[in-house]
Amino acid sequence: MAELALAIDLEAAAASRRHFWSRFAIYGLLTVFAAIYLIPLLVVVFNSFREQAEIARNGLISLPKTFRLEAWAQAWSTYCIAGTCQGMQRNFLNSLWMTIPATIISTLLGAVNGYVLSKWRFKGSEVLFTLMLLGVFMPGQIALMPWAFVLGKLGLTNSTYGLILVHVVQGISFTTLFCRNYYVGIPDDLIKAARIDGAGFWRIFWKIIMPLSPPILIVTVIWQFTGIWNEYLFGVVFTSGQAQPITAALVALTASGTTARSYDVMSAAVLIGALPPLLIYLFGGKYFVRGLTQGAIK
Amino acid sequence: MSIHDLSVPIAVPARSWRDRLGSIVPILVLAPSLAASFIYVFVFTGWTLYLSLSDSTLLPSYGFAGLDNYVSLWSNRRWNIAYTNLFLFSGFYIVGSMAVGLLLAILIDQRVRGEAVWRTIFLYPLAVSFIVTGTVWSWLYNPADGIQALVRGLGWSDFSFALTSDRNHAIYAVIITGVWQSSGFAMALFLAGLRSVDPDLVKAAQIDGASVVRTYRKVILPTIAPIFLAVAVIQIQFAIKTFDLVAALTRGGPGISTTFPAIYVYDLMFQRGEIGEGAAAAVMMLAALAVVLVPYSLWVVWRRRAEAGNG
Repeated sequence: MAELALAIDLEAAAASRRHFWSRFAIYGLLTVFAAIYLIPLLVVVFNSFREQAEIARNGLISLPKTFRLEAWAQAWSTYCIAGTCQGMQRNFLNSLWMTIPATIISTLLGAVNGYVLSKWRFKGSEVLFTLMLLGVFMPGQIALMPWAFVLGKLGLTNSTYGLILVHVVQGISFTTLFCRNYYVGIPDDLIKAARIDGAGFWRIFWKIIMPLSPPILIVTVIWQFTGIWNEYLFGVVFTSGQAQPITAALVALTASGTTARSYDVMSAAVLIGALPPLLIYLFGGKYFVRGLTQGAIK
Repeated sequence: MSIHDLSVPIAVPARSWRDRLGSIVPILVLAPSLAASFIYVFVFTGWTLYLSLSDSTLLPSYGFAGLDNYVSLWSNRRWNIAYTNLFLFSGFYIVGSMAVGLLLAILIDQRVRGEAVWRTIFLYPLAVSFIVTGTVWSWLYNPADGIQALVRGLGWSDFSFALTSDRNHAIYAVIITGVWQSSGFAMALFLAGLRSVDPDLVKAAQIDGASVVRTYRKVILPTIAPIFLAVAVIQIQFAIKTFDLVAALTRGGPGISTTFPAIYVYDLMFQRGEIGEGAAAAVMMLAALAVVLVPYSLWVVWRRRAEAGNG
């Protein structure tokens, strides 16, 4: 009896030891990967607060021994990019005034398009939807020369309005895809009942579709905002200097460091450029991931 | 009688007029987006296609030059490097980020504590731009300031890690950074897949005495096989369009060793005034995407039909 109890104890101990080691391996691996993912971010955050002299002395990757906010102020308003010494503020605002309108317009158009393509289908609407989807896959490079011509004709070269136009047109296919696939899930009976009650196209849209839309609108807005904010190709091709969005300005900034590199200011500048989408990710992570998986699988 | 007869045709147009207006509103609403998308997708593509067959150099010109631009493109050494890089990058990038993504997804799927925190950490690189990632990693790769300097400072004085200043290995710096940026994306898709596997299947395998590894290999992974393909296709798309990451990380250098097709298009069109040949390179990018996406889309449609047929 005692022997049996001992055997069971030993077996249980072995099992729990195995369990301990497998848990240890799981958390160990996760920690290693988490470190690999976090260290680049930490390096930039630390360096934006360190003194350049200390960075030069102790290296780029090191715990901070000094603390100051000046790099942030310089990056924002006085640092020189290609001869102009006004920091990143103009470019940050360019990005903001480009991203916000382009996000709102493309999302609204996507919602209305999705509503038509799911609830007011007509002959050939599925084909049209498929054609619109092709826009999702087009490489921006194929549209560069035509856009340059169109923007030139419209007098929108080197302007935020031009970039808004480009991003809206490019974004419509994404937003329409997202909204249409979501609205397909709203029962048609709801719409039919409303039509029998005499509600028209817009009334149904505002009274039935819109109140059911917040989840997909949040996903779409986050997707569009992040995508447009982070876009580089159109920004660098269609604008220059003070008219550039922040991504293009960041490349110009780090390229212009011909003398000793001031990692402190550049780190702050990089963070200024990364902060809006990062904040959106931290606060709307659930929707961000949902957009990612939906956009990918459908 | 005749009055009665008249009243009918009058009443019908009155109703159908409202109906017709009602049925036209959706089309009117859709029309501007359709027109814009049509121009964007077809007119712009056709336009660039035409430019690629034209004698454009510094400015667009519409004299027909046949396939001259394509001939000159394919005989260019730099283009050769660009698409060789694309193949090399695509292979390592896809396999690398899928392997890391799958490992992370499986680890997180072991009922770990703080799942949301782990996920947030692995996915955040996706929220920031390739420009930010490329810039920061270019500092880490910088032999004088970054990882090499750190390790040497710790005492290993002949440690060498200078990928970005070595033209034979700079492409691996691009690959590592690409995998770092997007393995979280693969993780998110794999995790969603793992969560959708029927728990009864897993339980049955465990009752049969299958080990964890065997359960994954024989039961779970085969059921999420379509996700592998979806992730691969999306990653290939990213790879073909790769521009920002290289622009910020290596600017195509050292020399021309990390040139990619997208970089080549940009350089030819806007730096060297070779619009025709740049357009030809852009058309090749589109063709590469089509080679990947058309069969995949057909397969997806076919599979959906088959599933609908079975259900």
